[in-house]
Amino acid sequence: MADKNISVSRRTNRLVMHENIAGYLFMAPFLLFFFGFVVYPMFMCIYTSFFDATMGREDIFIGFENYKTLFADDVFWIALRNTLVIVVVSVPVTCAFSLWIATMISKMPVAATSAFRCIFYLPVVTGSVAVTMVWKWMFNNYYGILNYLGKGMGLIDKNINWLGDPKYALGCIILILLTTSVGQPIVLYVSALDNVDKSLVEAAHVDGATETQAFWRIKWPQMMPTTLYILVITTINSFQCFALIQLLTSGGPKNATMTIMYYIYYNAFKLYRYGYGNAMGVILAIIIAILSAVQFRLGKEK
Amino acid sequence: MKKLIAILLTVVMVMSLCAVAVSADEVTEISLWTYPIGKWVDEATVSALLDDFHAAHPEIKVNVEYLDYANGDDKVNTAIEGNQAPDIIMEGPERLIANWGAKGLMVDLADCIPAGTYEAVVSSCTSANGEVYEMPMCMVAHCMAINRDVFEEAGALQYLNEETHTWNSVEDFFKAVQAVYDAGYEYVGCIYCGGQGGDQGTRALVTNIAGATAYSNDELTEYVYATEANAGALAKLHAQDGIIFDPSIAATEEIQNFVNGTFQMAFCWNISQEKNNADALGFDVLPMAFPCDVTPVLQGGIWGFGVFNNGDEARIEAAKTFVKFMSEDDAQYTKAVEATNFAPVRALDGVYAGDELFTEYSVMNPMMGVYYQITKGWAIARTEWWNMLQRVMDTDGSVEAILAEMTVAQDAANAAAAG
Amino acid sequence: MAATNPIQSNKRRARIASVASWVIICIIAFLFIFPLYWIITGSFKTKKEIISSTPVWIPSQWVLTNYENLMSKRSAPLFELLGIAGPTVPAAIRWLVNTVFMAVVSMLLTCLTAAMAGYALAKKRFFGRGLIFTLIVCAMALPKQVILIPLLREMSALKLYDTIWAVIFPIVGWPFGVFLLKQFAEGIPTEMTEACRIDGASEWRTFTDVMFPMIKPGVGACAIFTFINSWNDYFMQLIMLTSSKNLTISLGIATMQGENSTDFGLLMAGCALASVPIIIVFLIFQKYFTKGITMGAVKG
Repeated sequence: MADKNISVSRRTNRLVMHENIAGYLFMAPFLLFFFGFVVYPMFMCIYTSFFDATMGREDIFIGFENYKTLFADDVFWIALRNTLVIVVVSVPVTCAFSLWIATMISKMPVAATSAFRCIFYLPVVTGSVAVTMVWKWMFNNYYGILNYLGKGMGLIDKNINWLGDPKYALGCIILILLTTSVGQPIVLYVSALDNVDKSLVEAAHVDGATETQAFWRIKWPQMMPTTLYILVITTINSFQCFALIQLLTSGGPKNATMTIMYYIYYNAFKLYRYGYGNAMGVILAIIIAILSAVQFRLGKEK
Repeated sequence: MKKLIAILLTVVMVMSLCAVAVSADEVTEISLWTYPIGKWVDEATVSALLDDFHAAHPEIKVNVEYLDYANGDDKVNTAIEGNQAPDIIMEGPERLIANWGAKGLMVDLADCIPAGTYEAVVSSCTSANGEVYEMPMCMVAHCMAINRDVFEEAGALQYLNEETHTWNSVEDFFKAVQAVYDAGYEYVGCIYCGGQGGDQGTRALVTNIAGATAYSNDELTEYVYATEANAGALAKLHAQDGIIFDPSIAATEEIQNFVNGTFQMAFCWNISQEKNNADALGFDVLPMAFPCDVTPVLQGGIWGFGVFNNGDEARIEAAKTFVKFMSEDDAQYTKAVEATNFAPVRALDGVYAGDELFTEYSVMNPMMGVYYQITKGWAIARTEWWNMLQRVMDTDGSVEAILAEMTVAQDAANAAAAG
Repeated sequence: MAATNPIQSNKRRARIASVASWVIICIIAFLFIFPLYWIITGSFKTKKEIISSTPVWIPSQWVLTNYENLMSKRSAPLFELLGIAGPTVPAAIRWLVNTVFMAVVSMLLTCLTAAMAGYALAKKRFFGRGLIFTLIVCAMALPKQVILIPLLREMSALKLYDTIWAVIFPIVGWPFGVFLLKQFAEGIPTEMTEACRIDGASEWRTFTDVMFPMIKPGVGACAIFTFINSWNDYFMQLIMLTSSKNLTISLGIATMQGENSTDFGLLMAGCALASVPIIIVFLIFQKYFTKGITMGAVKG
């Protein structure tokens, strides 16, 4: 009896060993890149944030000095606020907007649906640098198309300096971000709407439910996994809006479009304050980690 | 098809053999990075100059890379951080001395400066510790420009002197702006402040209106521009019809807007702008000094070569050989300077022979002032300036409010200069 | 009288609504097509028209100057392999080759590593699995700016700085693909892999013959995502690449600018060259694109 127990536990041990080895062998190629080019630099980022690091000399250990400066830096707080505003505004707006577009185009004839799906995906494949260049021209104060059309239609009576006015600049950035990030959500929602169980919707209509009721009661819950996925990818996207800011406003006017991502870059490559930039990176990473964890929890509960 | 592949293969093989043959020789390879200075951005021009050098010095091979002003600084800085700094770099003192030189990355080039180079230019290329970090090649006086056709139409030419390219007085400058504005031109001039590109223009405008005031102290250790006079000048600009502040554009767009007729003046101008935009200019450009009640002081641009200390004596020697080659001999120097569109830094007979534009713009050269861009902490002082202009735009335009913003910017710059 | 008929008025309202939705959609769609239209027409405009202060909707004369400039201003060897340099071509072609190489290699490497890792995370019970997965979730939205300085120092220590690999490796290390494919692999019944194991197949065979075909749609989604992301990853390219022969197309065009004088025609030609190939690829594979993207979400 005892003998048998031992052999079983040996077998399970061997199985556990086997699973461990196989698991890690399969993980190995990815982990090499992940630890080598994401986790290790992140660790070094934390480490360097305790140093006064700059170009052309050895780093000097200064403890929490960078963090102290950071918390007293007004621009950092503005940048943090702007970063969060971009995420908090653009994520729900992107979701809502793409859902709205998707419901409209999914009712159209098949050819139109697929044509529009393509059109809304275009800015994604055109490339952010190219799209940004054109938007810069569209927002131009003197002869941009928005002022041109706005004045032509009598909506505005004086040119608005879209990117030069602290009131509008961040809104403009969010708008461009929206056009470059709704492509995928729209494609997703169109097919999610297609996959909704038609018989349930029909049954609801027979029971006298209105179009809106049918949508929120029947379709919306069925699309929940898609919505969660879209939330994840748009959050990722919103944090990657560096090129837009670098090419359009450099964080101005009056820091109205300064984000943490740009401020890190600015400190590192314009002012050579590497340690300080890293301290900021650490704070941002913590915020993102918390946000992702919360989002993931929510996703799991659903 | 098969034939084609065979030919291609042969070509590839022959070329690879050639590559091996070259690398087998004892050659010192050095790298040269150029910022876009005149035609030093154009591959054909630069390779012609390099061919001259390679013919004279077959033992050295120069590999050239081109930088742009939008990303160039980041490229060089990341390269330094990545231990891949170039051997030779072509730029001005604000980077070579105030930036990389101050960090101890450059080689002293005192022994490379040819005889006869203007004293003032050499001293602008000399660091506070007495070492020369730039072998100057060319210079230009940054000026402003007006749309002569529009000024004529608005009857504003009476306020300036076309011979000397100067304004009669500061008051007349504002009268001229008003006249052009009243003639129906909404945007006469623009204080662009969306970035650091071409910021020398807005600085020169303010300091000249204030009476050619100094930006830094004489020792170039401290910034001193936050004065009532300068704030007053900015207040006048703030109040003037037709002068707008625009934080969404920098010099590139200002020039573009001047060239396409949106603005009637450009504050970031020099001979190169007129040459580069020749096909798009539909009107007569009149280059002007900045408005000033005393003799205007123009900010200069000086460009030349700096050599990075990469720790390899052979490469430093080779780099110095290159630098000397381009500047010592008059004939070669003429070629190198003409590729920049700008003026030589020593007396040089026959340079730009027959170039009328060059003669016209030469009037500005004697007005060049101190090269204050090598004051310590320049990188920060520069960003503080345009950020300050953005804030000034939103003030009520009173001298006190503007002075307060100027002081904030100057304090930050001085803190960087001290640190 | 007809208006009082509730059914008819409902129908009319629906008609109006559908017309209105067409109009609105078309206006919005205009904003999405416009950038591409402007880039392509802009690349054929003369210098004067491109910076004109009144919009020139259609070039009055179509010129090729911008493309000629793009092709003639710089040159570079077509490729370099083991010290062998290819024939000299316009640098723009080399940049395009670099960009395609970078996007394709990142895509292939990511798909392979992510499929393996996703499978392991979903089906293998190994020590530290929870921890690794948490790390992956937390790192997914991490902007690259955060790790920029250490990454730069690391790349230069590894002698990878200023090579295309410095751009590729961080993309492969980015864990989104693993997250995606793990969700996929979880949807595959464990019995299927078990059955295969019982039949005596090796771990690797189980993966290649059973798992991989089943998660193929997910791999497709991952491939599309990685390809487009790396094509657009302007930031890493900007930081990691310097030599003109190593640049990507969007970076290369930037180096052709003079101080304070942006040649917009050249820029537009470059943008067109950078975006048209990928748009053509997109239009050809549109069906797979949409399918791939959707598959990613259904399981995610």
